[in-house]
Amino acid sequence: MPLDTSFVARKFKQIGTRPLRPDGLDKVTGRARYGADYNAPGQLIALVLRSPHPHAKIKKIDTSKAEKLPGVKAIITSADLPDLTNGDRGMRDMLENCMARKKVLYDGHAVAAVAAIDATTARKALKLIKVDYEILPHVTDVDEALKPSAPVIHDDIFTDGVEPKPAKPSNNNKRATFGHGDIEQGFKDADFIVERSFKTEQTHQGYIEPHACVANVNPDGQGELWVCTQGHFVYRNQCAALLGMDISRLRVTASEIGGGFGGKTHIWTEPLALALSRKANKPVKLTMTREDVFRASGPTSSTSIDMKIGAKKDGTITAAHGVLRYHGGAFPATWAEFGAMTAFACYDLKNVRSDSIEVIVNRPKTAAYRAPSAPMAAFAVESAIDELAHKIGMDAVDFRIKNAAKEGTKSSYGPVYGPIGIGATLEAAKNHPHMKAPLGKNQGRGMACGFWFNFGGQTCTDINVTPDGSVTVAVGTIDVGGSRASIGLMAAEELGLPYEQVRVVIADTSSLGHNDMTDGSRGTFSTGMATVAAARNCIKELCKRAAKMWDIPEDAVEWVDGMAKPAGSNAGNFPPLSIKEIAAAAGNTGGPIAGHNELVADGAGVSFATHICDIEVDPETGLSRVKRYTVIQDAGKAIHPTYVEGQYQGGAAQGIGWALNEEYIYGKDGRLQNAGFLDYRIPVCSDLPFIDTMILEIPNPNHPFGVRGVGETSIVPPLAAVANAMSNAAGVRMTHIPMSPPRVLKAIEALKKH
Amino acid sequence: MSSVHVTTTINGDAVDFVCNADEPLLDVLRNRLGMTGSKEGCGTGDCGACSVTIDGRLVCSCLVLGAEVGGSKIETIEGMAKADVLHPLQKNFIAHAALQCGICTPGFLVAAKALLDNNPNPSEEEIRFGLAGNLCRCTGYDKIVRAVQATAKEMRGA
Amino acid sequence: MVEVHLWGALRPIVGGAHSVFVDARNIRELFKKLGEDYPSFEPHLKRGVAVSINGKIYRDMWDTELPGDAEIYLLPRIPGG
Repeated sequence: MPLDTSFVARKFKQIGTRPLRPDGLDKVTGRARYGADYNAPGQLIALVLRSPHPHAKIKKIDTSKAEKLPGVKAIITSADLPDLTNGDRGMRDMLENCMARKKVLYDGHAVAAVAAIDATTARKALKLIKVDYEILPHVTDVDEALKPSAPVIHDDIFTDGVEPKPAKPSNNNKRATFGHGDIEQGFKDADFIVERSFKTEQTHQGYIEPHACVANVNPDGQGELWVCTQGHFVYRNQCAALLGMDISRLRVTASEIGGGFGGKTHIWTEPLALALSRKANKPVKLTMTREDVFRASGPTSSTSIDMKIGAKKDGTITAAHGVLRYHGGAFPATWAEFGAMTAFACYDLKNVRSDSIEVIVNRPKTAAYRAPSAPMAAFAVESAIDELAHKIGMDAVDFRIKNAAKEGTKSSYGPVYGPIGIGATLEAAKNHPHMKAPLGKNQGRGMACGFWFNFGGQTCTDINVTPDGSVTVAVGTIDVGGSRASIGLMAAEELGLPYEQVRVVIADTSSLGHNDMTDGSRGTFSTGMATVAAARNCIKELCKRAAKMWDIPEDAVEWVDGMAKPAGSNAGNFPPLSIKEIAAAAGNTGGPIAGHNELVADGAGVSFATHICDIEVDPETGLSRVKRYTVIQDAGKAIHPTYVEGQYQGGAAQGIGWALNEEYIYGKDGRLQNAGFLDYRIPVCSDLPFIDTMILEIPNPNHPFGVRGVGETSIVPPLAAVANAMSNAAGVRMTHIPMSPPRVLKAIEALKKH
Repeated sequence: MSSVHVTTTINGDAVDFVCNADEPLLDVLRNRLGMTGSKEGCGTGDCGACSVTIDGRLVCSCLVLGAEVGGSKIETIEGMAKADVLHPLQKNFIAHAALQCGICTPGFLVAAKALLDNNPNPSEEEIRFGLAGNLCRCTGYDKIVRAVQATAKEMRGA
Repeated sequence: MVEVHLWGALRPIVGGAHSVFVDARNIRELFKKLGEDYPSFEPHLKRGVAVSINGKIYRDMWDTELPGDAEIYLLPRIPGG
């Protein structure tokens, strides 16, 4: 029977409280084990040799000297990674990104890897490997790559989505369009139009833990992998496929993860570690250096966006058109498409169009970064919207309220919305005390909206009642930020037990069926759904056992407040049975008691947010400081409010860093200049104020507790909120992210001249 | 590559080890002594995840050589709790949800303890600048600062 | 018979139309029929599309029913971060 996952309004006993997380003790004592904290006996240390050129043919790789170095046990190149992808372009690109085959495609692209008895030997060995390159012209800018003069990076990519199909290969792998209505007429009907072009530079998720794994492949083809990842099942499937192993022969155990934000949803060096282990017949530990993480994992896209929005003088938007150019790094992808889908999602528009243009450049392979592609699109839209409101003479919030999407609105990406929270977050923002806080000299206030999808996906949960009546919940979704506590709360709520009686663990890949990754804000949403389902199955079994103990029919037992009770007076006059008592008798009534569930948590909702930012700009240096920041977001139902606040604050901080300081700087030589935390400047403690949060709860009708995914949306509004605040503080409309001091100063000086 | 024999004190215990001359203290702790509580986030002294104190002074252990610490008193995250009694900072970090993924937490705890040991009544600004050498990517620092404030208050009052 | 709306990148496959009518009762039948009627759909279906049914987005479940009067959209399968 299919699980009914519809929301049921009720008074919660545990959900919404703030108990301590079960893994907290290990994490504050240094006992918790992350990717690099595990060592296998007899392990080798692996290091990767990377290309110093952004684009070059590999003529020859000579590993002979390195192989002779005492202590070196295995060296691999692409020759050790045969292409088993059988025409699957996505997998083939993944393989080629892990290690270059005929060409290197970006500064940092792996060309060889070494496993040796220690790091010192491995480093020496890398120096002894000779690679013969034929340097090719390169291109790293998203707009430059589209020019006819740009070097074409792949000669087998022809633009998809244009008719007729082009005859010549290009760096533009795809085009697509979303929208409805008649924008030409819409712009004709407008009294005011804002038309601007925007650029955002490339950023990295910036997780503090570099990628790390320990791989062990036996001669019989069985393998084990210890790794930090957002999805150990996905890593297992992909590594097994690339190495030609049956999926069931590779067992992946996820370590605790030190940050991911989308960057650990993709394999980078794990297949190399497995291949080295297979060749050396020993365990291999491979940790990426911080420099390698910046150069060769998966940053987000840099973008170039044209935005045109028109409105009548009464504030009604009549037309909106965006053209979005994003790159996927050196491999074809569709990041611009996701930007195009989300760009106008907050608004009720009769005439709207977004065009996406996908580009290939000599940069590392782009990966998801928390609401991937949305922050850049929102920056462009929300900046233009703010400017338009100003032109009309309307308040920024009121203008958005007037045009906000609501239940029944046709979204700009197609489907009609169910109940959504954009209006509520805007009203809450309008009335928030932040709006009344006084502003000092050189200070300005700005706000912006944002949106992100969240999804469900394949999820598997095991609930086991132990002989003393305590409960273990085994889930397959990685805990990135404290979700073990929320899952424990949901299991406890459904079973009617105290939170302390439930223990949640993340199982390895051999112990549960496939689970999708922790991404898409799906962790609490889908694992929650599967946990509720498993708990309901468990309850059925517990009632069955109670019925046996009382000798009454199964359907005469109900589960109330964590106890089995006879259902109605005809069933019998038995005192209730606790889970402890039922568990104690389990051996006699049928054996161990469990509840299990596999499901696809599908039909997830969407999450909206409004942010308010106060910024102070020093007109002499261009340096800016965020003085006050508020996040207002719809969570559907906050299972553990403290962790929801944490997600809001963390996403906002990343967005602020993106808005003000963070960027990948490539030189004319196509090399990354700032591959470290000193010059890739993420916010530090002294850069930020306290970040105020407000959780709205408009229940998601498709989840038993009303949960909406919350992890990603909070990174979407900050770029524009900060830009709009800066516009009000210094009078300059910034169109290039990040708004670093030199750029701001330049804009201020240009303004002074006029 | 020459090896060095070092005798030192770590978390109150006498320890001796052999390491390469060019080996960072962080690698000695993690790889030779099995003390993986201090983390490597960058290896270049920019992130603070490897924070320890040497003779009461807060340092990045990736910037200190194992060979340099002979005769010193080193304190790491592993020594912060006394048997099963957590330091108030550790207790409050959990209570105030000052950690999400937790990778930066050991570094922050060592740095915050060094801050409070030197300044039991820090202002918000002093806390923020005192912890500016530790990077966190998950929390936005809000709950970390609140946890430190709560701890300072508690330790002054207790 | 359900009306399935297509996003821009898929429209050239059906000669530029914004929607097509397909005789399908669930997602699996929908993909099967589309693949049969328009072979150029195959690579897209293989890469993964999401199906929006009355605003709810489904990414996986083949036996999800398509009510006859539902608003159905084929959308790109969005990744998360």
